[in-house]
Amino acid sequence: MLLRHTPTEVKERKALMINPAKTCQPIGAMYAALGIHGCLPHSHGSQGCCAYHRSALTRHYKEPISAATSSFTEGASVFGGQANLLQAINNIFTVYDPEVIAVHTTCLSETIGDDLPQIFDKAIKTGKVPEGKTVLGCPTPSYVGSHVTGFSNMVKAMAQLAEPSGKKSGKVNVIPGWVEPCDMAEIKRLAGLVGVDITLFPDTSGVLDAPLTGEYKMFPDGGVTIPELKACGDAVGTLALGEWCSADAARWLDSKCKVPCSVLDMPFGLAATDRFIDVLRTVAGVSVPDSVAVERGQLVDMISDMHQYFYGKRVALYGDPDQLISMVEFLLTLDMIPAYVVTGTPGKKFERRIKELCADKPFEVKVKAKGDMFLMHQWIKNEPVDLLIGNTYGKYISRDEDIPLLRWGFPILDRQGHQYFPTVGYKGGLRLLEKMLTLFLDRKDRDDSEQTFELVL
Amino acid sequence: MAKTKKVVQFMPTDIKEELLAKYPPKVARKRAKQIMINEATESEAPPEILANVRTIPGIITMRGCTYAGCKGVIMGPTRDIVNITHGPIGCGFYSWLTRRNQTDAGEDGENYMPYCFSTDMQDSDIIFGGEKKLAAAIQEAYDLFHPKGICVFATCPVGLIGDDIHAVCKKKKAEFGDCNVFAFSCEGYKGVSQSAGHHIANNQVFTHLVGENTEPRTEEYKINLLGEYNIGGDGFEIDRILKKCGITNLATFSGNSSYDQFASAQHADLSCVMCHRSINYVADMLETKYGIPWIKVNFIGAASTAKSLRKIGQYFGDKKLIDRIEEVIAEEMPEVEAVAADVRPRTEGKTAMLFVGGSRAHHYQDLFSEMGMKTLSAGYEFAHRDDYEGRQVIPNLTVDADSRNIEEIDVEADPELYSPRKKPEEIKALEDAGYQFKHYEGMNDQMDKGTIIIDDLNQYEAEKLVELLKPDIFCAGIKEKFSIQKSGVPMKQLHSYDSGGPYAGFKGAINFYKEIDRLVNSKVWSYMKAPWQENPELTGTFVWE
Repeated sequence: MLLRHTPTEVKERKALMINPAKTCQPIGAMYAALGIHGCLPHSHGSQGCCAYHRSALTRHYKEPISAATSSFTEGASVFGGQANLLQAINNIFTVYDPEVIAVHTTCLSETIGDDLPQIFDKAIKTGKVPEGKTVLGCPTPSYVGSHVTGFSNMVKAMAQLAEPSGKKSGKVNVIPGWVEPCDMAEIKRLAGLVGVDITLFPDTSGVLDAPLTGEYKMFPDGGVTIPELKACGDAVGTLALGEWCSADAARWLDSKCKVPCSVLDMPFGLAATDRFIDVLRTVAGVSVPDSVAVERGQLVDMISDMHQYFYGKRVALYGDPDQLISMVEFLLTLDMIPAYVVTGTPGKKFERRIKELCADKPFEVKVKAKGDMFLMHQWIKNEPVDLLIGNTYGKYISRDEDIPLLRWGFPILDRQGHQYFPTVGYKGGLRLLEKMLTLFLDRKDRDDSEQTFELVL
Repeated sequence: MAKTKKVVQFMPTDIKEELLAKYPPKVARKRAKQIMINEATESEAPPEILANVRTIPGIITMRGCTYAGCKGVIMGPTRDIVNITHGPIGCGFYSWLTRRNQTDAGEDGENYMPYCFSTDMQDSDIIFGGEKKLAAAIQEAYDLFHPKGICVFATCPVGLIGDDIHAVCKKKKAEFGDCNVFAFSCEGYKGVSQSAGHHIANNQVFTHLVGENTEPRTEEYKINLLGEYNIGGDGFEIDRILKKCGITNLATFSGNSSYDQFASAQHADLSCVMCHRSINYVADMLETKYGIPWIKVNFIGAASTAKSLRKIGQYFGDKKLIDRIEEVIAEEMPEVEAVAADVRPRTEGKTAMLFVGGSRAHHYQDLFSEMGMKTLSAGYEFAHRDDYEGRQVIPNLTVDADSRNIEEIDVEADPELYSPRKKPEEIKALEDAGYQFKHYEGMNDQMDKGTIIIDDLNQYEAEKLVELLKPDIFCAGIKEKFSIQKSGVPMKQLHSYDSGGPYAGFKGAINFYKEIDRLVNSKVWSYMKAPWQENPELTGTFVWE
């Protein structure tokens, strides 16, 4: 038993977090910034944060993650980090020549109160930002919210580049939230099928799934461009996928640039994808082609074909709020039981939403925001589940309790495929079903007696 | 791509110039002192290198912070201490199971390694202080687990808001009575790298833990293994060999370590230092306080392993031990030599670059030379001048403003427990026979003339070096791995071993030879261009066969 010190008896903890189901803001901001074309993320703090965030993202994507840091020393930590950031901006443009530097902060620079806009202003006035290049940024205090909050803050900073011209472009902004590069590509593909011209931001497809060619490009071809971001203010509407990840940016565009927004769930599973396609069609005023309905029908077909294996299965899920909400809804669509739902990200709204989704079901869902995996494990010890869904850290519970783990979310450090095969949309739904079924049926094959072991399932 | 045999097209001085050419003048001046062309020969002293100085902002360093050096490296691998990170969630999260310190939970089964404990500071804690929450977290950890020890690690904001973590720990320790609670002021901004964290960890573990177990130890040939973190099972392999030789390893600092090992370290008769950078402070303190001499060892490389074992044998000077060590070496070496002979025709003459934390960039050169591979360039993230140039430069080292606030503790000979393990004449006899105590010759000494040594290598320089010198393999860490591979050069992680290992000891050498053979001879590097990219011009029409 790896987690042998986890007792069955649940005692309330007020101060000690054990095995978090979240991490801190800046890594989210770093990930979002990588979805800007030609962008070097910059961490304004001491360099350990930047090293940790780059390592975590690299381990998840098996891709290079470049980011710079202000490398605070003790002196800067006491007297302010302006000089460090100015030097950094100069060095970055001279040595690495990005189109954009996207700065986020850490608990260090936030505690001492460094003022980013003032430092940017100084950088521009002292000629450290070359003509045509962009520096943007946002505060991302690690002691507020989670990595999801940091992602949202950087996405909002991207939206704030909007410069409405007063003339509508006919395009639709889609803010995908924290999903994989392949998910972003899938959202673009679906929009293309429906026939809607979208601006997707951030967009890490083409950035964090680069080919091996013998030539390393620090700034790959993908990512949303600065002109595209500036033009966001001219869109006919914004679809924000995920309240926690995307809504702030969309609401800012709505109130400041009069681009109406619609906050939807992330399009994981049947119902959430249905709503995404339906709203997209309505905003753009187009009709949905049959090819999309065929993909949808395939997903419904697979649900009906294999329903016996999903029905009534109990699941424990942990991860980020937007993803969990859609996944819980998908599990309900399959007549499964989302028994325990835990996110480390704070928000009573989350608990309410999960409870609403399960309101008329014949079981009680245990849900906790600002919870941790230690608590979830204790729940499992008291009443077991058939499946775990979450990031790699669940493998310790999976092994100890002999429960299959569907790796989904961030970070996945020990398996491959997640950055290439989407789980959004109808196609993504098929992949989730395939993965889930493989886990259940492998388990059945392992556990069935020789007498009941069967070829056809 | 069939690799064309490269000739070194550049003189080392040209390469250095290339590396510096793009920098703003101020940056170039500083980097010029951190990039040196090795000219060490038997007759001349190697030139000075600038090391352990602040990182250039925006340069894309590979370095981490003091917290990582303290919690992540030194204290993290200890299985039966509950390590609580006092800070926002990130620091604890990122140091949760990400270094491959393997652990045997032992008979008592106490093992907190798979857990991450944090006070998860919120904005209210930043505003009103986090001491109360920390005290409550320590209490909750105690109530849940009743561990032997609880350690607390400060993160960046803790120092700024003025939480007195040491006072909180002292109070809880007194309350509990049966649980040692102490803290580390390892805020990320201290010093200039992980290195400061090593020093802080050394000081506190020595002050609060070493020497606690006063029960005498009666085993033969008692040593401590300092600075070995059991990455990928390295420590297990070294322990296997030591055990086979009849040597008792009382305490490893700190791979697969336990509370009691630290507490019993003062009973050893010799300290063997693997990673000089991270643990030389404890080695010195053990000598000053208890009279335990230390020697530098290296269990990376089969020949180095044999040499280190012989050094231990010679120290104890006991024929039984010396004979046993020779037997073990004779037993282990044939398999190592067979594998070396097998890979050598495929690795001979190939070239390597090594840029690893504070010790492996040196140690692994032994393994490469056993395969006939040449190290073209090497460097550390955070080593000090003594790790490059040898300990003889220590008296000349200056502590700059960025590192001045790292505490130096005064240790004196213990009035009761100090006992020199060897008589002065015994020490002298060993030294006359060429034995070196408290000695580390540094990395530069071993490297060829004309090789390039770079301190705190950054992303730009890594790419440039690879482009100019086209090594057959580049060794560094996870952040460098994929950019190097994208450029078509095999990359081996020497922090995490890419999930492989062990690489220490005899079995480790075998693993490493095979791994490097696999990497440098992998066919994948020939797939980078599609057929239509190799011959882009159509010269005729295809005929269906």
